[in-house]
Amino acid sequence: MNETSQLSEFGKIFIYLIMGVLFVLFTFFLGKLVALKKPNSEKLTSYECGEEPAGNSWIQFNSRFYVIALVFLLFDVELAFIFPWATVFSQQQLINADPYWGWLSLIEMFIFVGILLIGLVYVWKKGDLNWIRPELSLPVSPSKIPLSAYQALNDDTYKTKSFSIDSEISIPEKVLTEPAVSSGRSGFIPKFKRPAL
Amino acid sequence: MKNDTGSVMIVKVDDLLNWARLSSLWPMSFGIACCAIEMMGSMASTYDLDRFGVFPRPSPRQSDVIIIAGTVTFKMAERIKRLYEQMPEPKYVISMGSCSNCGGPYWQHGYHVVKGVDRIIPVDIYVQGCPPRPEALIGAILELQKKIEQESLLNS
Repeated sequence: MNETSQLSEFGKIFIYLIMGVLFVLFTFFLGKLVALKKPNSEKLTSYECGEEPAGNSWIQFNSRFYVIALVFLLFDVELAFIFPWATVFSQQQLINADPYWGWLSLIEMFIFVGILLIGLVYVWKKGDLNWIRPELSLPVSPSKIPLSAYQALNDDTYKTKSFSIDSEISIPEKVLTEPAVSSGRSGFIPKFKRPAL
Repeated sequence: MKNDTGSVMIVKVDDLLNWARLSSLWPMSFGIACCAIEMMGSMASTYDLDRFGVFPRPSPRQSDVIIIAGTVTFKMAERIKRLYEQMPEPKYVISMGSCSNCGGPYWQHGYHVVKGVDRIIPVDIYVQGCPPRPEALIGAILELQKKIEQESLLNS
């Protein structure tokens, strides 16, 4: 029983791919067969968390984000390289084997970080890290009153009543005493207007 | 289907479909008020609604059930209606808590509250409580599963 297979290894992968596609298509077909379809205009609109879709979905994006993301990725990867370096750097075995090991790896890392730092300085110098800032403009109104007049009002000292918390709490005596109930008929007496004849 | 073999076929297909549907009820992750905290609690590790195949989805396009967990204000009602419409069939609604059942504490003076979410969308299961315990929500899921079990291709 030493027959050579008519199917090469690539052929097996090909069958695998075909079966995968067929399986997915079969599932789609089954879903199409079974699923209920009741489309309406509300359902066919795009989903925006329940809000009414407004505006175009193709909005412009500031390309500066790309540069910032690229620089971030650079230093992210740098960190990923530093971690394995840090574990090897301090191994006592390697330092014992070669006394220059520590210095060598330290200088290597300094060179590595230095190259990246030169890149950062370059990006900085190029102005790619600058962000567009809104221009501050003070509102100007055609008023005949000079600014110094407002300044004088602000600087002026005003006479104020002396204030303390105790004086605020004390309540006049006559409020506390209840009003005397007048004897006899009082209160609301309805009056009727005689309709004009 | 009048003859025996045919009806058996339909019943079997029904059973299979219903079993598939009730075993993976995916709710929309949609919480309006404090009931949503209980809903999150029942989906988290202590009560683990994932045991029943209940797993929150971020889009109405992928969800089967919408759990109205909280006070339905008039402002929100419009959104709820739209979200419900955007769910594919078959879709189910669980009204969780007094607010969405009937207005709850706002039943009389809540000028801003819809007196029951069933005024805008059809509700399958009501859960009582203010807010309901996670056990109550799990009970509602089980009730909904029982309801789905009774469905048939013929009358859908």
